Amino acid sequence: MALLEVNNLGISFGGLRAVNEFHLKIEKGRLYGLIGPNGAGKTTVFNLLTGVYKPNEGVILLDGENIVGKKTIDINKAGIARTFQNIRLFKDLSVLDNVKAGLHNHYKYSTLEGIFRLPKYFKVEKAMDERAMELLAVFDLDKEADTLAANLPYGKQRKLEITRALATEPKLLLLDEPAAGMNPNETKELMETIRFVRDEFHMTILLIEHDMKLVSGICEELTVLNFGEVLAEGNTSDVLNNPEVIKAYLGE
Amino acid sequence: MKKMSKTTRSNLITYLMVIVIFAVVQIMVSTGHVSSLLQGLLVPLCAYVILAVSLNLTVGILGELSLGHAGFMCVGAFTSAFFSKCAVEAVPAAGVRYFLALLIGAAAAGICGILIGIPVLRLKGDYLAIVTLAFGEIIKNIVNILFIGRDDKGFHFSTKDSMSLGLEEGGKVIVNGPQGITGTPKDSTFVVGVILILVTLFIVLNLMHSRSGRAIMAIRDNRIAAESVGINITKYKLMAFSISASLAGVAGVIYAHNLATLTAQPKNFGYNMSIMILVFVVLGGIGNMRGSIIAAIILTLLPELLRGLSDYRMLIYAVVLIVMMLFNWSPKAIEWREKYSSRFRRKNGKSAKEAA
Amino acid sequence: MSFISYLVNGISLGSVYAIIALGYTMVYGIAKMLNFAHGDVIMVGAYVVMTAIASGGLPPLAAVLLAVVFCTILGVVIESVAYRPLLNAASSLAVLITAIGVSYLLQNLALLVFGANTKSFSSVVPVPALVLAGGSLTISGETIVTIVSCIVIMAGLTLFIKKTKAGQAMLAVSEDKGAAQLMGINVNGTIALTFAIGSALAAVAGVLLCSAYPSLNPYTGAMPGIKAFVAAVFGGIGSIPGALIGGILLGVIEIFGKAYISSQMADAIVFGVLIIVLIVKPAGILGKNIQEKV
Repeated sequence: MALLEVNNLGISFGGLRAVNEFHLKIEKGRLYGLIGPNGAGKTTVFNLLTGVYKPNEGVILLDGENIVGKKTIDINKAGIARTFQNIRLFKDLSVLDNVKAGLHNHYKYSTLEGIFRLPKYFKVEKAMDERAMELLAVFDLDKEADTLAANLPYGKQRKLEITRALATEPKLLLLDEPAAGMNPNETKELMETIRFVRDEFHMTILLIEHDMKLVSGICEELTVLNFGEVLAEGNTSDVLNNPEVIKAYLGE
Repeated sequence: MKKMSKTTRSNLITYLMVIVIFAVVQIMVSTGHVSSLLQGLLVPLCAYVILAVSLNLTVGILGELSLGHAGFMCVGAFTSAFFSKCAVEAVPAAGVRYFLALLIGAAAAGICGILIGIPVLRLKGDYLAIVTLAFGEIIKNIVNILFIGRDDKGFHFSTKDSMSLGLEEGGKVIVNGPQGITGTPKDSTFVVGVILILVTLFIVLNLMHSRSGRAIMAIRDNRIAAESVGINITKYKLMAFSISASLAGVAGVIYAHNLATLTAQPKNFGYNMSIMILVFVVLGGIGNMRGSIIAAIILTLLPELLRGLSDYRMLIYAVVLIVMMLFNWSPKAIEWREKYSSRFRRKNGKSAKEAA
Repeated sequence: MSFISYLVNGISLGSVYAIIALGYTMVYGIAKMLNFAHGDVIMVGAYVVMTAIASGGLPPLAAVLLAVVFCTILGVVIESVAYRPLLNAASSLAVLITAIGVSYLLQNLALLVFGANTKSFSSVVPVPALVLAGGSLTISGETIVTIVSCIVIMAGLTLFIKKTKAGQAMLAVSEDKGAAQLMGINVNGTIALTFAIGSALAAVAGVLLCSAYPSLNPYTGAMPGIKAFVAAVFGGIGSIPGALIGGILLGVIEIFGKAYISSQMADAIVFGVLIIVLIVKPAGILGKNIQEKV
């Protein structure tokens, strides 16, 4: 059974058909890419997958379970985590606290136990600190644990966002234009990071990207979206050499 | 972990600060250095400090602008005063009665916080502000038309006047509409007030540095991202808002049990009060609890200390407020301050700050 | 007939609220700030007129003109001294609190100069009352002038925004300050102009308010200011027609509330209606529901 199976997904905004008959199948452990010209509807697809929008038609099966209609919070609990096109960190929290926020649903104690500082508070907070530092060390951010998230350089902010998403222990990680705003060196480092995440965390990854070097470098399969519809899909080199795809990007 | 002790240390400093200020004031009072006018301000001051810290929970930690905080204070004040007045015979022990009054005032305000929070917290920034202001005014209005009396048959309610209560011989009017509640036992003392400040700090500071506090601040910083990591927005917004309201209710209890007559006027429970507390919070630093305490103390005492300049004191207060705001928040002033302070540091031989 | 008389009074009071709300909504839309001191400029305008007539012996129209000029200058000065330095402050609450400080300042200056006693204000409206329907309905001159003024102001402002360069600049700044600056628009000047117009309107509102409800003390401006702000939010903050609709509706609800439900609860009713509207339509009646981009 594929980890993610999407069939006949569609949504309209007013009179505009933003996504139409979208389908997708991702096997567990794959590194999958969603590409297409600007305005094709890629982020809309992500928003549909994470429950930000409710589709007009279609099913989204995560491990066989239909998650259409579920709220974002429940979809995250079911196993999908994401990063955003414009980095959305908790700016006034420390790096460590950003990750600990991601651990929210996996390390629990009640509000009262927190206010009255009962033993459970100390036990769970310690476990959270350890787990968060563990994750930060993996991404080489542990030395900046106490830095305010807003003060990190751009590339590290991206890594922090990914770290936080991983803290939620997802089955599927959605990355929305992770290389946006990065120079070639940073992009190369990012490619390593994403591959590493897939290997070390046994993660299934779906990413949206415009940077073709990154796409051809790490994605195993692609779906091309154009005007809200699937234009082509299949393994990366076939898709990238497809004349229709080339035409869509470069125009007539 | 080193990080833990940093926040714990900071919290301890705050508690210590309150205790030290309390000790200093007590000494000054007992050696006769404090005028009776200022002494009369001590209990209300405790209420204002708690109001400032609790509003900072909503404004600084949750990140929402509430202009109706005085409404929750009003709820706490009137419910507790009503209870105390009714329970004077039933519970003669003042300590026990006051403790119960605190619980009742806090609970009533907290429940109002939840009821109001449910529709209101969905609104955006400025709309939320104006709706909270509206609720504050409505609460004050309702209290002013409330008439409650008690006789042998039980309690009677009316929204018209005290006559319509239809009380029998020997019955007493407890809540007398715009004339409020008279004769609340004056159980609030400065010591109790300070203890309640410490309790408030304990609750707020511990909440901030806990899993729930992180969730609340995550919502403040980026609601959409908070949702994406599985944080229940409504639950935590309501939590912060109702705890804040509850503590405002406690402040109301303190305030009510210090007055012979408790009435709901624009001055003490209207938007004027809500705004005054907001000024404390902003001036003290949004999110900075210690700052709220200091600002509340200074800004409450300042008009009194300026009494010598009696006619001009509110004017001076207004000017001080404007100047302080410009000095602390204007980007040009901040630039000037940083240039000046780095020049000062270099002069003293310390290593120069890296050129920006 | 009393229903119509209440309606007319409601529209009249609402017109005053609308004129005040205009000032709030323009400043909010263009400078992105809540000018809490706006209500108190109303009070200043009324005091200027009162003093000019009583002590200066000026004819009413000249006094009103003087008040408008005075308040315009006052508004511009306040903007440049107290608000402009905080334009790019770290928190939007900073300028709100400073505005509160300015409000206190104006109130206490008035207190010092004029004392706390409520003075009676002699109406500046020379128009006689209109007696209709054989004597059962009297519309006071003040009411007529107020409603007509509101219509004229609204029409004038709408034309100004649509047809003049300065007006278009205001529109541009309200949409995107950065882009407007890049197009060569003098943003600071435009904001100053907005404050000038808003304050001039406040002076007019003060005169009309006190002509209809002839009592004046330093706190007279505060509550109408708050209510007008409510009206602006009600109608959709940043929208000029919204200010008109919000103001009129608010005035009508208030008068009807006083007449048919309860005089003490009138304020609560006004606020209650606001809450209901905002819960049903969070952006206000004419407000735009801007979805946050994910």
